[in-house]
Amino acid sequence: MTAGETAGAPASGYQDQVAQICDSYDNDPHRMLDILRDVQDRFRWIARETMQTVAEKTGLTQIAVEGVASFYAFLSLAPKGRITIRLCDDIVDQFAGLPEVTESFEKALGIGIGETTSDGGFSLEYTPCIGMCDQAPAAMINDVIVTNLTPEKTRALVAALKSGKRPEDLISPDFDDLTPHQRAVTMVENNIRHAGAVLLGPAAPDAGLKNALDLTPSRIIKELEDSGLRGCGGAGFPTGRKWRFAAETEAERRFVICNADEGEPGTFKDRVLLTERPHLLIEGMTIAARAVGAREGLLYLRGEYIYLRDLLEEVLADRRARGLLGDGIMGVDGFDFDIRLQLGAGAYICGEEGALISSCEGLPGEPKTRPPFPVTRGYLGFPTVVNNVETLCHAARILDRGSKWFFDMGTEGSHGTKLFSVSGDCLNPGIYELPYGLSLKELLEMAGGEDAAAVLVGGPSGAMIARDTFDRKLTFDDLATGGAITVFSKDRNVLEIVEYYMSFFVHESCGYCTPCRVGNVLLQKAVAKFREGLANPEDIAYLKDLSGTIIETSRCGLGMTSPNPILSTLENFPLVYSAMAKPSKDRIRDTFDIQSAIDGARKLAKRRSYVFDRDFSQ
Amino acid sequence: MSDFTFTIDEIEIPAKEGQTIMEAADAAGVYIPRLCDHEGLRHQGGCRVCTVKAAGRSVSACTQPAEPGLAVENETPHINKLRRDLVEMLFHEGNHLCPICEASGNCELQAMAYRLDMTEPTRFPYLEPCRPVDASHPDIALDTNRCISCGRCIRASQDVDQKGVFGYVGRGIHRHVAANGPDLAHTDAEITDFAISDEVCPVGCIIRKRVGFVTPIGEREFDKGLIGRKISEKRNA
Ligand SMILES: Cc1cc2nc3c(=O)[nH]c(=O)nc-3n(C[C@H](O)[C@H](O)[C@H](O)COP(=O)(O)O)c2cc1C
Ligand code: SF4
Ligand code: FES
Repeated sequence: MTAGETAGAPASGYQDQVAQICDSYDNDPHRMLDILRDVQDRFRWIARETMQTVAEKTGLTQIAVEGVASFYAFLSLAPKGRITIRLCDDIVDQFAGLPEVTESFEKALGIGIGETTSDGGFSLEYTPCIGMCDQAPAAMINDVIVTNLTPEKTRALVAALKSGKRPEDLISPDFDDLTPHQRAVTMVENNIRHAGAVLLGPAAPDAGLKNALDLTPSRIIKELEDSGLRGCGGAGFPTGRKWRFAAETEAERRFVICNADEGEPGTFKDRVLLTERPHLLIEGMTIAARAVGAREGLLYLRGEYIYLRDLLEEVLADRRARGLLGDGIMGVDGFDFDIRLQLGAGAYICGEEGALISSCEGLPGEPKTRPPFPVTRGYLGFPTVVNNVETLCHAARILDRGSKWFFDMGTEGSHGTKLFSVSGDCLNPGIYELPYGLSLKELLEMAGGEDAAAVLVGGPSGAMIARDTFDRKLTFDDLATGGAITVFSKDRNVLEIVEYYMSFFVHESCGYCTPCRVGNVLLQKAVAKFREGLANPEDIAYLKDLSGTIIETSRCGLGMTSPNPILSTLENFPLVYSAMAKPSKDRIRDTFDIQSAIDGARKLAKRRSYVFDRDFSQ
Repeated sequence: MSDFTFTIDEIEIPAKEGQTIMEAADAAGVYIPRLCDHEGLRHQGGCRVCTVKAAGRSVSACTQPAEPGLAVENETPHINKLRRDLVEMLFHEGNHLCPICEASGNCELQAMAYRLDMTEPTRFPYLEPCRPVDASHPDIALDTNRCISCGRCIRASQDVDQKGVFGYVGRGIHRHVAANGPDLAHTDAEITDFAISDEVCPVGCIIRKRVGFVTPIGEREFDKGLIGRKISEKRNA
């Protein structure tokens, strides 16, 4: 019996197993996230004793190891069950029946959310958006994804697991015989609703890479600059300019990192590209490497997408075997480039490029001080290009078809096509590849969401839009978005949506800086006051004021955008707030709740109030 | 010799290549409020109290490089309001009961509140953390309910003492300073460490046993004058 089979203190002999894990990563502290992921998999938690061994092997202090272990949601400092069920608790899942599904899991397992069964068999927990909003409610069962959950389906799943089936067996009885791609598409639907000319239509394999080899690095970058391509991860930075900065920085090593963290709630386009266009993505990374002079690359895959790991490893191996990765790519002497897959472990902030680099370095996923920017000092201090999955796929296509072809699509300032992830209250949730410049209304018509009352464009860090402005255009200059389009019908409660997203940001703030760490908690509490009917009209000004401070003083993009759900709904749905706020009349504050006001003091004093307790006999 | 100059609130500041706005300002005797930054330690850039406007953008002065000709706004009503909000947030995140705290009068958080004129009742709810106090060490106690996450002890222990007694654990609102082991008694912390000295912890989180109240209230550092005066005095001199 290995230590992993008992949920408790690690059994004797654990040191050897932990040491073995560390050895398999050359005891390299920069591989801490991989080491701790493996320890978690083996023992189902990271005990203090195991941290001590990891610290000794990697030459770090125990507190440094604990800092990493306690940062990531998928690493645990308490024993977890053999099977961990993580229900996606995104608001889209909640509206698609998550409460009933949760109840059914809880009943079938006999535990609540956040608990582990006493036999160490199962843990049940909530996790934010796992990128399956088009087939919600969805969950991760260990490394397997299950979608379109219902209470009946849930009961059947638990019964099968209890009878000794592996999570993989839930997907297909022949799971082991399927190819990695078959496994992925059996678990998760692609839901490609509209294929455009650039990414999801037909494309000649590695044609872009072949062309790139005939060009100087500077010409490759020029091609991208001329195409007008801008980053698809949300910030929209011109890709060619980013590559040029990295290429022009003197350095011994340079890196290309693909950002496949896709954590913005409501976004799932990268999932589809990783599944259906993995070669195009690696081709794009290889072209980037050629352009900036990088020999090493990393593909940072969010922990939630672990079900795509085998597929991606297979693609990498295949390309190495065909001379498309490794030394002397396509027979070009000195063109050496290879890619390592880095898995995340449940942290939205790791999508921020500095935090992503920290995470790749084996640190807690905290953003880095800027300047310096990654293009001058990135991974391990070397110039690093970080690009989104979609951006890199576009780059490969641009090198194939030319900058003019791409530039001519879309609109002024927003060239080419964009993948939109549409989910929520619409008939056809899924992926739409469209040229920039369509109106939100046109997209909603395609997706069968024209009855929407509110649409969240760009996820919670974007903006909530009301019906009267659905004619706005999906471009960088109007409604900029990393691609998330979340549709809400008139039956949805706007304040419930806002409160959920604020709790998301509270959960995902890294905690490094004061305004985001503390301010978001204060915002969440203030929104809760509105929902409970305990807000005053002054609280509207309070929300705006506090939001302003958080936006202006936060250290990274998370805090700079986290008040957006509040600010955009205050602007576009003002009645939702004013209807809930109660003005004070004649020196009496309706919203003042004496019971909750004295509750803290009551607990401290360990006695009840004769004056204010309604029923003292209770 | 300076390489170039820039301005803070229209005062000309000489600076050297590679200096941050705050380093150059300190040398020139212009005080920029700060909590997580401390002379001689690496910059963290976490408290954000040093927020200034540089060329119209809000940045942290302790990490932002000075640039030739940069126009920096420091003590404007708007910026001081942001700083007051941040200091209020720190007061509400922890349990800061000045009247019963040994650090009162030496506390930089308290002193910053005075400097920023935080005299009205605050608007935020209290978060009231409830972490156990670590009194295991014979000479040192640690009450992280008063921690403001400046991380000065972490950097002092790592970089000056070469030890690593402290580190951050957790994420978001749960992130806090912790000792390298089950408690402080199981670390190699010593009362003579720089990290434990009275200049490192700005509040009453790291407590030296048996020396409390040796300096009576009323005669403490910030009883004598505003925080930052030592830097501004350089310029006036
Ligand atoms: C909180 C936060 C989360 C982010 N998450 C992602 C993400 O999941 N995927 C992504 O590509 N970019 C994300 N970004 C943007 C990245 O920081 C970075 O701008 C992007 O990866 C650059 O690639 P691009 O220029 O190709 O878009 C995030 C930014 C912030 C502030
Ligand atoms: S804004 Fe600050 S606390 Fe929030 S994620 Fe960024 S660095 Fe961390
Ligand atoms: S002093 Fe600059 S952020 Fe704290």
